[in-house]
Order: sequence, then structure tokens, then C-alpha cells
Amino acid sequence: MNEMQFLTWVRGPGLDLAVSIFLLGVVWRLVEIYSLGRKKDLAAPRNVPGASGWHTVFRRSIPPEGMVKRSPVSYIGGYVFHIGLAIIVFLFVPHILFIQSVTGLSWPGLPSQFIDLVTVVTLAAMVVVLVDRINKPVKRYLSTFQDWFTWALTFLPILTGWMAVQHLLLPYTTMLALHILSVELLLVFLPFTKLFHAFTVFGSRWYNGKVNGHKGVPV
Amino acid sequence: MSATLEKGVRVLKEVIDAPIASYFSSCVHCGICAEACLFYTETGDPKYTPIHKLEPMRRLYEQEYTLLGRLKKMVGLSKPVTDAELGEWQELVYNSCTLCGRCSAVCPVGNDIVYMVRKMREGMSASGNAPDGIKGAANRTVTIGSPMGVKLPAVKAQMKHVEEDYGIPIPLDAEGAEYMVMLSSMEIINFPEYLGAIAKIMQQAGKTWTLCSTAFEATNAGMQIGNSDLARVIVSRIVEGAERLKVKCVISPECGHAYTALRWEGANLVGRPFTFEVKHIIEVLGEFQQQGLLKTEGMETDRLTFHDPCQLARRGGVIQQQRNLMNQVAANFVEMPDAGFMNWCCGGGGGASAIEEGEELRLEAFKKKKSQLDAVKPDRLVTACANCRIVLEEGLEHYQMDIPVVGLTEMIAEHIPEKGA
Ligand code: SF4
Ligand code: SF4
Repeated sequence: MNEMQFLTWVRGPGLDLAVSIFLLGVVWRLVEIYSLGRKKDLAAPRNVPGASGWHTVFRRSIPPEGMVKRSPVSYIGGYVFHIGLAIIVFLFVPHILFIQSVTGLSWPGLPSQFIDLVTVVTLAAMVVVLVDRINKPVKRYLSTFQDWFTWALTFLPILTGWMAVQHLLLPYTTMLALHILSVELLLVFLPFTKLFHAFTVFGSRWYNGKVNGHKGVPV
Repeated sequence: MSATLEKGVRVLKEVIDAPIASYFSSCVHCGICAEACLFYTETGDPKYTPIHKLEPMRRLYEQEYTLLGRLKKMVGLSKPVTDAELGEWQELVYNSCTLCGRCSAVCPVGNDIVYMVRKMREGMSASGNAPDGIKGAANRTVTIGSPMGVKLPAVKAQMKHVEEDYGIPIPLDAEGAEYMVMLSSMEIINFPEYLGAIAKIMQQAGKTWTLCSTAFEATNAGMQIGNSDLARVIVSRIVEGAERLKVKCVISPECGHAYTALRWEGANLVGRPFTFEVKHIIEVLGEFQQQGLLKTEGMETDRLTFHDPCQLARRGGVIQQQRNLMNQVAANFVEMPDAGFMNWCCGGGGGASAIEEGEELRLEAFKKKKSQLDAVKPDRLVTACANCRIVLEEGLEHYQMDIPVVGLTEMIAEHIPEKGA
């Protein structure tokens, strides 16, 4: 298989396969988790403004007082790489064009020099977060193979995408094919690893907010 | 698999619900929950990371409720939960967790970790892995009627004393009273002033109230141990008593877990909504204060601070009332850092104070309270939980800190003018 064939495969059958596994996986996992249901809370509720599932879905995006100081790398690194990732995925013009080709939806993007900068910052943040995982006793203690694996799964698409744009190391076609392949791997594994928090984070925050909101405690 | 392990695993499978599945699926191993847990912050030992305390339950969840986990189990790739493992986890699920809920307040993905610890205790208890200290307390509550073995005659003796000292009658089994007042054994034995305080406060407010001969003890070790069957027996007693006496409201004593057991878990344990209200004494005092039924005279002038019991504040939603009450009788009330919603646990909640072998760790964790106290250097420490009070006193003594601990209800009552005076 030469590089053109490789690119054609990842853009065609490869992509179809990955997206199918991703979509089926997401639906399966969501059903698997949320169909377990929960018992109705029979205690008389205490209603307090600001204490609900929805409030917590949003409020938890802001660190509780004093916590940034206790775990600065997790918070700052976490913010930078999540926001960076969102900018790269959704506001890089070629990505928007791709999304348009699949869904017909389109929106304005950001200049590529800016995306470049964001990419470098995001990669750096991810490296810092990784180093923190290695250095910090609690994080190292909690870490399993999955933590290292999912880090790589997330890092590689950004790295290969950036290298493709910068024409580094490998010919553009090959690098682009590798980039798409790495995204496909990410999609395939996302529903079955901790990366699935991208979906369940909303459910988890909502339940926490709901259960505590029943007691009139805004969490 | 031993019979008890089998039972434990079955119970664990039963308690795993959608929230727990969602929480386990969301954890990103960021370790932020550890920073909120006093057992980690004061020891630096990563094994005390809150989410790690649930590892056996997480694996079971994965093996039983996820497609991939089931496949792994089929081909023998997963590590089954064993008796030895659960035994090892006793220290993590009980000794080093007071169900304080700070972890649940900080997890960035929103995991309610303490919710899971509470559920995991069901499985631990069913598999015979609960600590003897709490087990004993739970069994005494069921068989004798109180965790410390206090029986009705002791309560009656106590009532008589109070009647003599205060000259106020203490009603017992008064049908149709507005409030039914619960006690905790700790109060009956160690803090008898509580009952006198209630008598004075109720008299001034002009409210009818009563004690109940079949349900005077509010602490619920069944809940702390994680045995819903025992917890239900204990709660049912109170429900029957309240319904027999047709009271409007049951008042939980100055005891955090009694409040949680009755206010938030009670109806779920008996399987139907209550026909009466449940309020913590501090909530009731807060209402009296707002309605102008709580008139006090004089002020405490020494430097006072308030320790929020976790189950009252963060887990119970009663945060402002105690502050308003403090301000009514304390001229020099100072707040510790993190006071209120994010207050740090005394280190002995959730039944932990009943675990003898956990004492060393408890005292270690108390360094957190010590640092909070060192920051404001109070003359006295006020709180609203008899269990916190005992644990605080032990910790203060251990660190040779000369700070007396007082109950808020009693302090308020001391400022109520004598009737007719
Ligand atoms: S804070 Fe939440 S996401 Fe982070 S390790 Fe603890 S439970 Fe997991
Ligand atoms: S509930 Fe409190 S003691 Fe228990 S794990 Fe969470 S922070 Fe630690």
C-alpha cells in the first residue's frame, strides 16, 4: 500500500468503520450505564435556589475555592488542554470543511496561525499534565495502563495534525493519513475507556447535583 | 467463594445504580478528590484517595455491568473480588472515611464519591467486613435501644434530674404534641444539659413537645455500618413512635448522622414518605429565632468559633442558621478558614469514632482541625453534634490544646432568662 492508498483507506473504509464503532459504542455505553436507573428519593425535598442537577452541570466547571492552589497542574493544565482541544477540533478551517462535507453544517473558523499557536500550547499542556501524572504520588498511584494509553490516544492526533500542517518529518500525505488514523483510533477507544467521561461527565454532575439538591445543598 | 463473600457481592451488585455506573465511567484519575480528604491531606498516603476506597466495587461494576468487562471476565482476564481484598479495604471504607462528603464537592467530573462509599458499606457489611466497633453499636441499638446501651430507666432518671434542676416538667408520650424530641446516647450520658436546654427553649417558645418512651434514641449505627436492614429497624421505631403520638415534627438531636439517617435516609429505608416533618434542633432554633420566639439576654464575650458538623452543613444543607444563632449570643464570633459548606470533618464521623483500631489515624487526621483552630485561636469551640464534640475533645486533649467544646443549643439556652425572673 503506498501513501495515496493509505490515505484513501483512512478517509474511506477506515473512517466509516471507526465512526460506526464510535457511534454504536457511545449508544451502547450510554444505555448500559443509564438504564440501570435509580430509586426514587422518598425523603421530603428541601428546595433551595441553585441546588439542582443542571446547576451542578455548569457549576462544576469552575474550581471550588482553594482547590486550584492544591492541585494547580490538574486545573490549569486541564483547562488549557480541554479548551485548546475544542478550539483545534471545531475552529480549524480544514476541520470545519470536513464536518461540512459530512453533515452539511458549517461555521466560521479561526486563522491558521492562531490555531498553530493553540496547538503548540495544547501539546505543551498535555506534556505537563503527563509529567504531573508521573511525579505526583496520588496520580501515579491511581494510574493504570488506561491512563497512559488514553493520554497517547489524545496526544497523537494533535501531534500528527500539527506535524502535517508544518510539513515535519514525513511527507504531507503520509502525515495526514497518520493523523486521520490516529483520530480513528481515538474514536474507536473513546466509548470504552475513561475518555468516555466526555459524555458521562454531564450525567455524573447532574446526578450529584440532583441528589444533593434534593437536600437543598448546592454542590 | 465463601457464603459471606457471595452475599456481599450480591448486595454490591444490587446497590450499583445509574449514578454509580456514571461516576465510575467518568473518573479521569485526576486525584483532585484526594486533596479534599483529610485522611489524605494529613497523611500524604495516596491509598486514602477517596475514589480508590471504592476500587473493589469499581471492578465488580465493570465485570458485571459492562460489555467489555463481561467479555474480560469470560476469558478470565479480570481479577475477581475476594474476601481478603474486602478485608483489606475495611480500613479504607470505614476507618479512613467519615462520610464527610468533601470529595463529592470537588470532583471535577461531578462524582458523588461519598454516595458510593455509603453504598459500598452495604456490601462490606453483608460480607462480614464491617469493623467490630460499629457492628457492636448497631447491634446494641437494635437489641437494647441505644448504641451505648442506654435504656429507658436511664432516660427517666435523666428527666427527673432535669425537672428538679430547671423546675420545668419534661413530657413523656404526650399525644398530639407539636414536637417529638430525640436524644442521642452521647447526650444522655455525657451532655445531660441538652435536655434541660430543650425544656427551657420550648417553654419560652410556648411550644408543646414530648419525649417518646419507645423511641428516644436517634443515632443510627445501622446506617453507619451500611446495613440497611438494621438501619430500617432503628428508623422504624422512631416512625412508629412519631405516628403513635401524632406529632407534627421530629427533632433530631445535636448528632449529625442521626439527622442524615432520619431526615434523608429514613423515608427511603421504610419505603414511604413520612407523615411528619424531621428537623435538626438547629433548624428549629433558627425558625424560633426568625419568628421572634427565641429571646436571649447577655452575650458571651470570649472568642468563639463554630465547627460545622458535616452531616448538618455540607450533607444536610443547614449552614446559615447556626451562624445567626451564634451572632445572637456571641459578641466575638470568628470563623475558621473553610468554615460552612467546606468545613473539615472532626475525623470521627460516619461511625469512625466507634472504631478503636482507627484511633491513631483519627488523631493524625485531626491535624487538619488543629490547623483550622490555630488560624483563629479561639477561647472556646462551639458545635452542634455530640459525636463531633467527643472527637474534638479527644483531639484537643491529644494535641494539648486548651479549648473547651460546647454545644450550641446549650449555649443558647443559657442565655434564656429564667421564667418570671
Ligand atoms: S476527583 Fe473525581 S475524577 Fe478525579 S480521581 Fe477523584 S473521583 Fe476521579
Ligand atoms: S467522604 Fe470525606 S472522609 Fe470519606 S473519602 Fe470523601 S473526603 Fe474522605
